[in-house]
Amino acid sequence: MADAALRDGPRGPKPKKSFSRANIFLYGTLLLVSLYYLLPLYVMIVTSLKGMPEIRMGNVFGPPMEITFEPWVKAWSEACTGINCDGLQRGFWNSVNILIPSLILSISIASINGYALANWRFKGSETFFTILIIGAFIPYQTMIYPIVIILREVGLMGSLGGLVLVHAVFGMPILTLLFRNYFTSLPEELFKAARVDGAGFWGIYFRIMLPMSLPIFVVAMILQVTGIWNDFLFGVIYTKPSTYPMTVQLNNIVNSVQGVKEYNVNMAATLLTGIVPLVIYFASGKLFVRGIAAGAVKG
Amino acid sequence: MDAAKRPNKLFRNLNSKIASIPMILTVLVVFVGGTIWTVVHSFTSSRLLPRLDFVGLDQYERLWESSRWMISIQNLAIYGICSLILTLVIGFTLAACLDRKIRGEAVFRTIFLYPFALSFVVTGLAWQWILNPEFGMQSVIRDFGWTSFAFDPLNNPDIVMYGILIAGIWQGSGFIMVVMLAGLRGIDEDIWKAARVDGIPTWKTYVVIIIPMMRPIFVTALVLIASGIIKLYDLVVAQTNGGPGLASEVPAKYVINYMFQAQNLGQGFAASTMMLVSVIIILIPWAYLEFGGKKNG
Repeated sequence: MADAALRDGPRGPKPKKSFSRANIFLYGTLLLVSLYYLLPLYVMIVTSLKGMPEIRMGNVFGPPMEITFEPWVKAWSEACTGINCDGLQRGFWNSVNILIPSLILSISIASINGYALANWRFKGSETFFTILIIGAFIPYQTMIYPIVIILREVGLMGSLGGLVLVHAVFGMPILTLLFRNYFTSLPEELFKAARVDGAGFWGIYFRIMLPMSLPIFVVAMILQVTGIWNDFLFGVIYTKPSTYPMTVQLNNIVNSVQGVKEYNVNMAATLLTGIVPLVIYFASGKLFVRGIAAGAVKG
Repeated sequence: MDAAKRPNKLFRNLNSKIASIPMILTVLVVFVGGTIWTVVHSFTSSRLLPRLDFVGLDQYERLWESSRWMISIQNLAIYGICSLILTLVIGFTLAACLDRKIRGEAVFRTIFLYPFALSFVVTGLAWQWILNPEFGMQSVIRDFGWTSFAFDPLNNPDIVMYGILIAGIWQGSGFIMVVMLAGLRGIDEDIWKAARVDGIPTWKTYVVIIIPMMRPIFVTALVLIASGIIKLYDLVVAQTNGGPGLASEVPAKYVINYMFQAQNLGQGFAASTMMLVSVIIILIPWAYLEFGGKKNG
């Protein structure tokens, strides 16, 4: 019956016009909600382009009468945290220096974990994996202090290296899950054929698995870049003022109690900190969604 | 000799085991070891440095007598309940709207999700500015002529958590929308057709058929939101830093303050152990539903 109906073409009432009352309501709701979501970005942008006199006149929502880029320059190179007045650029470069090694370390460890868990299971490997996943739910606060002690023992407390290790450790559950699921979904014959040809653990990883799984590496990278760049808690605990990542420095600049509040500089600084993840987000599109969905919904 | 013929069990699959050393160390040392270490030290009188002189439940008694901790718990409860309900409702409603085969779906999705790419610090600072009483929303609305309009949540202890809530929902609801949308897309088109044939109105189809079918998705969303709520820290630090006074303190901040500023490690450990306990209370029913259910079905 259903097949016949399909073959005869559409039946039943004509599709509704796209401007029915229900649709107007639907689009109206969506547009209204969009305003709420877009408002902060808009306000940040216009505030960062105004001069302080104009801001004092009021109306955060009004577009700038006179566009000035001075707040951006000031936020980048002159804003003060405590006695340092070299702007947010220090935090930016700290964040870059944290991000790149963390990215490489966490993704290589996690991809190898995922590969071992998918193709080279050993006794107990599943147990470790289960605890790893449960570990993702343990509040960081219960593990923070023991890590302080460990880092102090190995002499990495306060250094970028220590923070890199912390990011690798806390990125591991989600990334390992991501890679394990991906490698499990690859056809097993591929792995078996390589085994027959005499390839070993590392041979198969580097020559077969790695080239075949570039998309999942991109997903993992998106996940990690935004995650590590946006981190605040680990940055504030495991680094010292000279190595603070951008988010921590930003918070110190904006919430500093001394001096006159320069809201335009603050908003420029806030936008500068948000730009990296925003660019990643807008550039990656569907992959970003895939990344967060993979991290969230198992399987 | 014998060992050469039958390689030791330990050496079988050796490369895989070597490659898994970082994972094994992370699991044993940080996740299991670190957690146990903290729980054990929560029963000690550690102050500046961790020490192993046990004082029983003293730290917990002090914790639950502390008004700051009680405020933290209440705040988290207010924030948690509101955030849970609102995020679920907004997330599902937006996903359902986007699932109505509308035009520009990708544009709307991009708009709803972009805050999720931003950090809590950026989120908190942006909303701190919008909610600024002198120059922000309040002053704009007053300038329009409604001179008695008052909405200054960040300086009003009674409603400060709602000010944080606005920002938290702005940041996180898009993510739940994506999760819900994935769930809605997974529902068989035939169910919609059947409901239409039976003459069930759209809203009723959602309430009676679709939402019950999406139970697993709702459970996942619930766990995601709940685990995010317990972590609430950066947003508060950026937006109010716990103020005015102690009005927007939260447990995660309590822990960090006692560990790294008040130099009262024992209190910090006890408070973090309480956080762990609350996570376990949330997780066990979920794990039971998730994994217990699979055996039956």
